[in-house]
Amino acid sequence: MTKKQKKMLYRILAAAVLFLAAKLIPLPAPVSAALYFAAYLTVGCDILRKAWKGICNRQVFDENFLMAVATVGAIALALYERSGDYSEAVAVMLFYQIGELFQSYAVGKSRRSITALMDIRPDYANIERDGKLEQVDPDDVAVGTVITVQPGEKVPIDGVVEDGVSTLNTAALTGESLPRDVSAGDEIISGCINMTGVLKVHTTKAFGESTVSKILELMENSSSHKSRSESFISRFAKVYTPAVCYSALALAILPPLALTVSGADADWGTWVYRALTFLVISCPCALVISIPLSFFAGLGGAGKEGVLIKGSNYLEALSQTKTVVFDKTGTLTQGVFEVSAVHHSPMAQEKLLEYAALAECASSHPISKSLQKAAGGALDRSRVTDIQEHSGRGVTAVVDGVTVAAGNGKLMEELGVAWHECHSVGTIVHIAVNGEYAGHIVISDVEKPHSRDAIAALKAAGVTKTVMLTGDIQKVADYVARDLGVDEVRAELLPADKVARVEELLKAEPEGAKLAFVGDGINDAPVLSRADIGIAMGAMGSDAAIEAADVVLMDDDPMKIAKAIKISRKCIRIVHENIVFSLGVKLLCLLLVALGFANMWMGIFADVGVMVLAVLNAIRALRVHDL
Amino acid sequence: MKKTYPIEVDCANCANLMEDAAKKTEGVADAVVNFMTQKMTVEFADGQDPKTVMKAVLKNCKKVEDDCEIYL
Repeated sequence: MTKKQKKMLYRILAAAVLFLAAKLIPLPAPVSAALYFAAYLTVGCDILRKAWKGICNRQVFDENFLMAVATVGAIALALYERSGDYSEAVAVMLFYQIGELFQSYAVGKSRRSITALMDIRPDYANIERDGKLEQVDPDDVAVGTVITVQPGEKVPIDGVVEDGVSTLNTAALTGESLPRDVSAGDEIISGCINMTGVLKVHTTKAFGESTVSKILELMENSSSHKSRSESFISRFAKVYTPAVCYSALALAILPPLALTVSGADADWGTWVYRALTFLVISCPCALVISIPLSFFAGLGGAGKEGVLIKGSNYLEALSQTKTVVFDKTGTLTQGVFEVSAVHHSPMAQEKLLEYAALAECASSHPISKSLQKAAGGALDRSRVTDIQEHSGRGVTAVVDGVTVAAGNGKLMEELGVAWHECHSVGTIVHIAVNGEYAGHIVISDVEKPHSRDAIAALKAAGVTKTVMLTGDIQKVADYVARDLGVDEVRAELLPADKVARVEELLKAEPEGAKLAFVGDGINDAPVLSRADIGIAMGAMGSDAAIEAADVVLMDDDPMKIAKAIKISRKCIRIVHENIVFSLGVKLLCLLLVALGFANMWMGIFADVGVMVLAVLNAIRALRVHDL
Repeated sequence: MKKTYPIEVDCANCANLMEDAAKKTEGVADAVVNFMTQKMTVEFADGQDPKTVMKAVLKNCKKVEDDCEIYL
């Protein structure tokens, strides 16, 4: 409990003692009245003060004003009727404050539990100077500095391990509980916790550009994108509170006037009492507190699972996702390609692989990487000149003075080289040397172990259509799609085609359904921003993806996509439950009061009870681990 | 220019009210209040002194939510 909450608790306890004494002990009327007043002021003075300040600042209609008017009114009524029973006014204030205290305690507790888990901000970096470790602000560490990370400390800046062996806990970043082993030469990202050994890290980025800063920035800005439900609630509260105040006023004045006109007893006391009860019930706390809280809890719970959602509007959109479009490479497949065969080559396989690898040496595409790996060892880049990339087709280059073309059938046709179709499943790189066909290399990609389950989980979560887009050839694409259970395939696409395909799919979407695009963040930033929801996977270290995407999955497990959708569904369901439940109970009670079936006691229980239930329900959005 | 300040606010709706109040303050280009991390990020309009602007922001926030605090 914070200091403020403790103080409130003591005030509530003191007021409760005074209240019970006045209520239960038979005392002379002036004494019990004094006790009631003491109790009322002890517990309610801040509400009265806030209501008064609100009036002065012309922010009249808030819950403080409602409570102040209702309780002061009830006291005035008791004075007027000389009943000497002030218990209702005191009880209303007392229960209202108990509800507020509970609410603030519950909210604070869940807030801290989320922030503690997501607390990845490193406070300092260690730099060795004259044999001593010195703690400096991570912001002041220049790129290329060697920093020391001791066991138990957070890695403050992205870098490469220079010396040392250790295991890293990446749970705060990825939600993945399995620790990762690192040794010299491995890249490490900031925000991980070093567990076992001392590491010397050569920093490759400034703190502001490091993964941890990017993620923190993303989380801190996530509240700037408000969902429709949230803006609805704030607009609603602006209209609702004045509306109930005027209705209460009408309820206090109109029926007695009508009765007077018709010649009956006006009975002002009863109608004013009903109007005051009306005010107590109508307090919109349950809604205005629980709806934003549900979204915060949903975003926080998702973050805890390694799913960063950039704002509650995306959470809302995610819950309406009906179509999920995947980029194949790096999303459903590992993007780790291996050379599986070399066919129709007139020269030695090693020679062909070397030519291909050298021609592709400037590219960071996974295919090029696998060629380089198959060619074995470091390549002498000075042997290659005049490299030309042909987007979506391949490359041409001059290697050791001979022209080498490596790419797909389209490239071969463009160059006017006769080529052979290949019957193996995989990505085929055709090679032409000096304008002569020199055979082809078969490279196959490996599916991720969870891809098939992930597609099934998406279907179970209510996604009706899954589509796979790929630059790969039709045969490979069909094979992978059939194997994984993907509904539709669009293959042999150039990067620019992917945007066009997504736009086509967007047009075909029915009203209210949303389309999500999942990519690994390499080359697909335009598609990520074009889709209703762009989901970037394994985005750690890829700045472009973090910026273009609306949802960032911290690791590259495709199961997280279904999880993100389930989390959003749960959160939105809770929001709807709270809206319907709070408004329903309130409207019912308001009706009962207006008709005279309920008193102020019932009113306060309806108000505080609904708020407590709504807050507890909202906090449920945090528990998403087992979804 | 952007600056982030730690804040103290009890309820999510109050945080939204503070955000609105901060946005409407003169000299503020944009403001975001994050209830979860209890932080306010203010983007100042060109040529504004953050210190004077933040004083006005705090005053406006106090108007809508008396219980809030911004640690300048």
